[in-house]
Amino acid sequence: MELVYFYILSFIVVVSAVFVVFLRRPLHNVLFMILTMIGVACLMLQLEAEFIAMVQLIVYAGAVMVLFLFVVMLVNITQADLLSQLSAVRGWAGALVAFAIFGVILTVFKVGGQTAAPQAQAAQHLTNTELVARELFTTYLLPFEVASVLLLAAIIGAVILVRKGR
Amino acid sequence: MAQVPMEHGLYVAGLLFCLGLVGVLVRRDLLFVLMSIEIMLNAAGMAFVVAGAGWQQPDGQIMFIFILTMAAAEVAVGLALIVQFHHHFKTLDADAARRMRG
Repeated sequence: MELVYFYILSFIVVVSAVFVVFLRRPLHNVLFMILTMIGVACLMLQLEAEFIAMVQLIVYAGAVMVLFLFVVMLVNITQADLLSQLSAVRGWAGALVAFAIFGVILTVFKVGGQTAAPQAQAAQHLTNTELVARELFTTYLLPFEVASVLLLAAIIGAVILVRKGR
Repeated sequence: MAQVPMEHGLYVAGLLFCLGLVGVLVRRDLLFVLMSIEIMLNAAGMAFVVAGAGWQQPDGQIMFIFILTMAAAEVAVGLALIVQFHHHFKTLDADAARRMRG
């Protein structure tokens, strides 16, 4: 039963990702992208990563997509801009390269997926989110701080980029 | 990950990644390229979560949090660049910026 849910969700995610890549109108792309993100969040819920699923919903399906919608409204792309979008040569070349890389990824995952699990020494009485938080604030404390610096740099960069009257 | 084999989750993530890659390679419009990059990043994060769930380790989810942070920073700067690009070139076609100044 769980497997059936998994395949249905995967199908939805992949099909909506295809729509994101190939549709012409930006608004439709953004809406299908929201569907993709929600589908990935559901997949993560199924993997018992509840906290990650919620963060995915809030940050990706919420914040990032709202940003995209803002920009779609702001730049106001007309249909004429989008007409000569997909040239055949470019399309075939891109598909070929992506297909080759997909083959590489499949091989790697096939080998890597059969690797034995490292010893799970996780304490059993902790829930999943507690476990993640404990790891994040002990083992990964320095990367966590670096990530906050990265966000600060992104804020400053975005403000400087859109500042008027340079 | 009780019954779903880990490889299948990884395959879905790989497929998603390659779809994003097709978008980056094929589309010329910068907005769509940025969207495809978001899909690629999300697929990479999903692969981390799947592997973490399959191996019963929390590290995968932590890596996803870092990827998410990076994606948020990237999309903020990228969208600011797109707005400036549209302001300057009046189009979003990436080929419009083929000339360097100086």
